[in-house]
Amino acid sequence: MARALINMPKTAKRGEIVEVRAMIAHPMETGYRIGPNGSNIPRDIIRRFACSYDGEEVFWADLHPAVSANPFIAFTLVASTSGVIEFTWTDDAGRTQTASATITVG
Amino acid sequence: MRALWRPATVGVAAVCSIVSAAGIEDGEKRSGFDFMTPETQALQSDDMSNPGMLWVLQGEQLWQQAEGRADVACAGCHGDASQTMRGVAARYPAFDEATERPIDLAGRVSSCRAERQQAEPLAPESDALLALTTYVAHQSRGMPITPATDARLAPFRDNGRRLFQSRIGQLELSCASCHDDNWGKRLGGSAIPQAHPTGYPLYRLEWQTVGSLQRRLRNCMIGVRAEPFAFGAAELVDLELHLTERASGMLVETPAVRP
Repeated sequence: MARALINMPKTAKRGEIVEVRAMIAHPMETGYRIGPNGSNIPRDIIRRFACSYDGEEVFWADLHPAVSANPFIAFTLVASTSGVIEFTWTDDAGRTQTASATITVG
Repeated sequence: MRALWRPATVGVAAVCSIVSAAGIEDGEKRSGFDFMTPETQALQSDDMSNPGMLWVLQGEQLWQQAEGRADVACAGCHGDASQTMRGVAARYPAFDEATERPIDLAGRVSSCRAERQQAEPLAPESDALLALTTYVAHQSRGMPITPATDARLAPFRDNGRRLFQSRIGQLELSCASCHDDNWGKRLGGSAIPQAHPTGYPLYRLEWQTVGSLQRRLRNCMIGVRAEPFAFGAAELVDLELHLTERASGMLVETPAVRP
């Protein structure tokens, strides 16, 4: 279960530009910090964020160690059709966390 | 004779000024929110960009989840938190009958977990404990802080006040040296706030996570180069008790965001 907050309008007019905001709980550990025992804290970051709209990938982003914990990503989409918008966050180990929202286009 | 008396009068005047400097007038009370940049204020004000809401979300899930040998969830006894927990955080720390000591909100969550759910204790500052505490405290957002009136709390509150005013550490500073006497000025690049615990547990950008008031107090103690009290120490709860009384009437902001 991803701890993620998705904010976007539930309905839109066809062709309207809608803002999508997605935030997920993640430590984004850089790998450069030293732990209490003197050894490096292993790197653990989200590498890739992707958003698919009605099955088609419409937005993606590569994330790097300088991105803060609990990354917040905002972008816009053109509302073309009613459907499910899926969000995927993939971390260093290849594990994915997902969340989704639906939009009704009238 | 007059020459002899003068230093004594100056001494008395100095003592008086120290006493009057202790505490902030009601009309002058300001939340740490007011000392932040507009950008950080906006981050807190919008629930969809406030990262503390991630902990509220997790707390909401944990609230429903059965735990321990009793196999009961928080909701099993307390029901709908938005009704049963409303206003609870505004009056904590409260007097705990079992230990005959004040107990803070995180302490209450832990003791409930140990005694009612008979579950493994949650570590201080663990995500789960912070999430539950944040979720419960969030139910009181917007309500004025109304310290518990139990007379048995008085000696602990007094001890908290004494700790607040005691100089500690290699820098020989008390909490009051900064937060009563010099609030509004700057320490290095940062504004000195009045230290009102209105938004705990809160998301601190420096921590990159949500943390408790005890974590903040320990931070300040390390800052003045004193040996910090351990998490859950009686002294920290006494300090929390004094701080809540000091912030009486201010509105709960949980989850707040601070720089």
